[in-house]
Amino acid sequence: MANYNLRINEKNYEVDVEDDTPLLWVLRDHLGLVGTKYSCGIAQCGACTVHINGEATFSCTLPISSVGNDKVTTIEGLSEKGDHPVQKAWNEIDVAQCGYCQAGQIMNAASFLKKNPKPTLEEIDNAMNRNLCRCGTYHKIREAVALAAKTK
Amino acid sequence: MANITKTNRRDFLKIAATATGGLFIGFYWSGCDSPKMQVLSTEEILSKATDFNSFLSITPDGDIVIYSPNPELGQNIKTSFPMVVAEELDADWSRVRVLQANLDTEKYERQLTGGSGAMPHSWERLRKAGATARHLLISAAATRLEVDRNSLTTEKGIIYHKDSGKKLGYGEVVLDAAQLEAPDEVIFKDPKDFKIIGTPVKNVDNEDIFTGKPLFGLDFYREGMLHAMVQRPPFGMKIKSVDDASARAIPGIQDVIVYDNNVAIVGNSTWPLMKAKRRLNVSYEPDGKVESSFDHDRIFKELLDSKDARAMREDGDVDTAFKNAAKIVTSEYQCPFLSHSPMEPMNFFAHVKEDQVELIGPTQTPDSARVQTANLLGIPKENISVEITRLGGGFGRRLRADYVLEAVEISKRMNAPVKVTWSREDDMTGGAYRPAVRYRFSAALDEAGNMIGYKLRGVGMNAGNSVRQDNFPSGAVENVLIENVNYASSITTNAWRAPITNFLAYAEQSFLDEVALEAQKDPVQFRLELLEKAKTSPVGSVNYDVDRMIGVIKDAAEKSNWGKDGNVKQGFSVYFSHRSYVAQVANIEMENNQPVLKKIIASTDCGIVVNPTGANHQVRGGIVDGMGHAMYGNLTFENGLPKQKNFDSYRLIRMKEVPEVEVHYLDSGFDPTGLGEPALPPTGGAIANAIFAATGRRLRSQPFVEQKEFSDINLEIKRG
Ligand code: FES
Ligand code: FES
Repeated sequence: MANYNLRINEKNYEVDVEDDTPLLWVLRDHLGLVGTKYSCGIAQCGACTVHINGEATFSCTLPISSVGNDKVTTIEGLSEKGDHPVQKAWNEIDVAQCGYCQAGQIMNAASFLKKNPKPTLEEIDNAMNRNLCRCGTYHKIREAVALAAKTK
Repeated sequence: MANITKTNRRDFLKIAATATGGLFIGFYWSGCDSPKMQVLSTEEILSKATDFNSFLSITPDGDIVIYSPNPELGQNIKTSFPMVVAEELDADWSRVRVLQANLDTEKYERQLTGGSGAMPHSWERLRKAGATARHLLISAAATRLEVDRNSLTTEKGIIYHKDSGKKLGYGEVVLDAAQLEAPDEVIFKDPKDFKIIGTPVKNVDNEDIFTGKPLFGLDFYREGMLHAMVQRPPFGMKIKSVDDASARAIPGIQDVIVYDNNVAIVGNSTWPLMKAKRRLNVSYEPDGKVESSFDHDRIFKELLDSKDARAMREDGDVDTAFKNAAKIVTSEYQCPFLSHSPMEPMNFFAHVKEDQVELIGPTQTPDSARVQTANLLGIPKENISVEITRLGGGFGRRLRADYVLEAVEISKRMNAPVKVTWSREDDMTGGAYRPAVRYRFSAALDEAGNMIGYKLRGVGMNAGNSVRQDNFPSGAVENVLIENVNYASSITTNAWRAPITNFLAYAEQSFLDEVALEAQKDPVQFRLELLEKAKTSPVGSVNYDVDRMIGVIKDAAEKSNWGKDGNVKQGFSVYFSHRSYVAQVANIEMENNQPVLKKIIASTDCGIVVNPTGANHQVRGGIVDGMGHAMYGNLTFENGLPKQKNFDSYRLIRMKEVPEVEVHYLDSGFDPTGLGEPALPPTGGAIANAIFAATGRRLRSQPFVEQKEFSDINLEIKRG
C-alpha cells in the first residue's frame, strides 16, 4: 500500500492503495467517480476512457503508480454543467441506447476533436474505432462527433 | 469508500402525495388483460400502492410523474411508454418526469424485458391511463367553469373553453378531478391527431448518461458493502481441490468461500479480487460431458441423420413430392455458440438480513430473481425487495438470475451486504450462450421451378426447438416436413436477442436464395410467388400476415432500386419475428474488382412508430448487431471452456466495419409491435446473398470471416 496524491477534475484527492491498482478502480471503488466504466479491463473497448493531460487514455490498464502529477479528467469533470460541445451534440443526436459505453465514447471524441477540430468522416471513424458499442450506436456516434466539430 | 445514495422511489411517491396531494391513477400497464384502473385519494394511494405496478400522478403545480415498470436496457421503453400516456393525456412533455419503478407486486405478469413484447402488450392500457386522466380533468374543469364538457379542448396540459376564452391548467383542477369516479369509457385520439407519438422524443436519461451519473448496477455502492468475485467450473467439471493460500495473501482479501462448485473471493474492493482470482489454484475433474468444438461437429453430423427427430410440422406428402421432383436442392447451414457480452458485465447487489432480503441491480426479470431467491433461502418472496437499475445492455443474458443468486449466497454466508462483479472473462466463460445450431434444408422443384416440397431439420445444442415451423415458407408450400432434434449439452444456453431466429432467418433466407437460383427466378419474385400461394390457397396454419410481409418486400425492393442497377450487386432477405416484419437489401459495389459492402436498406412494418429516434436505434442497432455476429462472432470450446475470453479474441463489430443503413417504415396503421429484436434476423441473409451475387461464393456458416469461401474475396466495408 502506498499513498498517492491525485489531481482529478481540478480537485486534489488522496488515496492509499496498492501500486498496481489501475486508475479505473481507484476512480470507481475509492473515489466514487463511477462515470468511468469497466468492461474489458484489457485496453480493448474504451469504456474506461479518461483524459490524462488531455489525451484519451484507457484507465483500466493504467497503474496508479504511473499517474504521478498528471492531470486526470473524467466524464464527471469534462464540463461543469454537462454542456461540453460533445455532450451537447450527444444529446442533440440522442446517441445512447443502453448508454454504458457512452462516457468512454464522449471522452475519446472530446480529446480527438481538440487535436483535430475539423475532421473528415473517415478521420472520425478511425478515431472512434477504439471504442466498442455493443448496442451498435456507431452511426449516431459519427453524426454526433461531426455535429460537435461544427458547433464548437 | 464512496457512498452513493439513490433516490428511494417509494419515498418520493409518498412525499409527492402527502406534501402536495394531487391526482393519482394507479394502473397495470402490463399484466392483466383488462387494465384495472382506479382513481384514488392521497391516503388511498399510500395504502394501496402495491396493488398496482404503475402510477401516473399529476401535482397541483402541473408536474406529471410517470413510473416506468420495465427494465431499461437500451430498448428505450423508459421513454416510449410514458410518451403514449402523455399523448392521450395531452400533456406538456416538458413537464413529464419518468421514474424507474421497483418490482412492487406479484400480480403483474410482465415486468420484464424480453421478446420485444412490452409495447404490443401495453399499448392499449397506456393509452387508457392517459385518456382516463384527461377525461377526469376535463370533467373537473367543466364543473368549475359551469360549462358542458364537450365545449372544452385540451392542449399541452391546459384546458381551454373557446367561447369564453377561459383556460385552466391541469394542476389547477387535479384536486377536484381526484374526487371523481373513473369513467366507464374513454375516447382515444385519432392517430392522425397524435402530437407526441411519432415525434423524435429524446431519451429521458440522456443527461445522466452523458455526465456519468451512477445509473447502472455496477455503479451501485453502499457503505460497508463487500465485493465478491466467483470462480466457476468449466462446463461438465466439478472441483477436485482448492488451494487458496496465495489468493488469501493479497491485501484487501477477506475470505475465500467454496460452495456448490464455486469458489467465491470476498474483499473490500474490486482490484484485489481480480488479482486474487488469478492466484487461485483450483483443479477440476469431469462430472458429466466435457465438450470441445470438434465433439459438436461430430454430434451435428450424427443427429442430422438420426431417426429420432421430432416432427414439428407435416403438410401433404413430402416423400412423394421429392420423388416426383424435377430438381432437388439441399444445403446445410451452421452457426457457433455466441456470448451475449453486454458492455456492462453481470453484477448484482444483495443484502440478506435476518428475515428480509434487499436486491439491487440490472435484471431483465426482477420477479424471477425474487422467486429464485425466495426458493434458495426458503423465505416468502414478500420479504424480498428488488430495485431495478439501468442495464448496460442485456441481449437476453439478464433473463437468468444466476448472478443474482451468487450475490444472495455470498451475502448470507458473510452476513453482510455484498456486490458480486463478473470480470469480462467471467462474463464470457460463465455460460448461458446463444446455442450452436446446424440446419439441413431441402427443396423439391417441379419442371416450372415451383417449390412443391420443403424439408427442414434443425439440430441444436440445448436450443429447445431450433425451428419455427409455422413461419414462412410454411403455408406457401404443399408438402412440408419440419423436424427438430435437441442435444443436451453441458454448455449452458439462454435466449439471445431474437432467440433461434437470429440464425434461422439467415439460414432460411440464404437457402431460399439458392432455390430461387435453381428455379431461375428473381429472388424477390420467387418470394412474392410463394406468398401469393400462401394468400390464395394457404396450406395449414400460418402465423404471419401475408399482406404485411408482401408489403415490406415490395417496399424494400422499391427503395433499394432492386435489380435496376447492374453495378450494384444486391442480396435480399425478409423475416417476420416478434410480431414485426422487416425486409432488407444489402448493396455491394465492385470497386477495382473488389467487393465493397456499402449499404443496407431496411423496410419495417411494426405498426405505428411511437418514437422514430428509438425505432431507428433498434433497427440500425439490430442490423449492426446481426451483421457483427454473422461476420465475426465465434465462441469455441476446448475441454468445457471457451477459448475466447475477452474482446481481444472474441471479435465484436467496430465503428469502421458498419456500412450505411437506410431505414424505412410502412405506414400500416396497425397497433405498434416491438422492435428490440425483429431487425436483427434478416441481416445475415441479406449480406450473404449480396456476397453471393457479387462473388459467386455461398456462405453457409458463421462467422463469415472464418470461412474459406470468404478468405480471398477481400470484402471491404465502407460508408459514404
Ligand atoms: S475497460 Fe478499459 S478498454 Fe475496456
Ligand atoms: S449504448 Fe449500449 S454499449 Fe453503447
